Amino acid sequence: MQDPETERNAARRRWMGILARASGAEIAGRLAAAPALPAHRRLRGPETGLVMARGRQGGDGAPFNLGEVTVTRCSVCLEDGRIGHAYVAGRDARQAELAAVLDAALQDPARQPALLAAVVEPLATFQAARAAKDAARAAATRVQFFTMATMR
Amino acid sequence: MNAPLTPGFAEPVLDAQRCFRAVLEAMARPGRVQALPALPEAPAPLAPAAAAVLLTLADADTPVWLDAGEAAAAWLRFHAGCPIAASAAEATFALAGGVPPALRDLSQGTEEEPHRSATLLVQVAALAEGGGWRLTGPGIEREHRLLAAGLPAGFEAEWAANHARFPRGVDVILCAGDRLAALPRTTRLEAG
Repeated sequence: MQDPETERNAARRRWMGILARASGAEIAGRLAAAPALPAHRRLRGPETGLVMARGRQGGDGAPFNLGEVTVTRCSVCLEDGRIGHAYVAGRDARQAELAAVLDAALQDPARQPALLAAVVEPLATFQAARAAKDAARAAATRVQFFTMATMR
Repeated sequence: MNAPLTPGFAEPVLDAQRCFRAVLEAMARPGRVQALPALPEAPAPLAPAAAAVLLTLADADTPVWLDAGEAAAAWLRFHAGCPIAASAAEATFALAGGVPPALRDLSQGTEEEPHRSATLLVQVAALAEGGGWRLTGPGIEREHRLLAAGLPAGFEAEWAANHARFPRGVDVILCAGDRLAALPRTTRLEAG
């Protein structure tokens, strides 16, 4: 049995990830069919900057700087004091702001079910389908190297 | 739930540049009161001018010490990204809303690197030119008069000791509401 805090964080991590992978236009398209978002104030941003992405080879390799990623971040505050944050890759300020407002609104138990059903779940389905299609296209070009091993 | 955060500068880059200009003017002309054109929405015990100066100058490399409470520290951490120092001695910027820490307890810099000293921001009740202290020194042609209400009684003596430590020593920025005046360590101060 997990404690409720961990469960809430896992749910929040999931919707933040889905919103970060959706473009501003996709989120806005879904919002048209959703209940209206509450009014918000910008606390910070949206502003674009660079984040150093670090990588490591395998599980025990030494960390190294892979390169800089353009990241846009935004933090907003709703009238009830709930705060939403968004960090998204790229320069889409509209996406960052919408994602931050949604993050704040999704923390409200009264708004959460409707917004999850109208915005987050359709985006998740769409992203899963897109990932499966990309994987299928990549799989068609896969080369099996076992023949090379048996030639000798 | 913790206290709600409030926004920082409306235009983070331009407002910080305007505020930097005001601090520069204040440091170059000790005792002249500068009004800040752009102010952030600071949480309660922070004076708007003091909050603006910290947003402008503090960053991840400058530990800040402040006695304004948890809400102000959280606000500053969020907007400036600066570490909060446990004691005033470790801080690059110290902000005193109540009784300021003794100047000799703050970081004084070294003879080789005097710029590594701390800057103390003091929130005072009021600032006015034309009365109070007589200031002389670099940046002042004859003398400037500055009245700062609400400083502890021994401040003039402490300031004389701070001035004597030159090139080491602490610079002070006095903030009241949306106005500020600076006392760089080179300024001599006589009670008026």
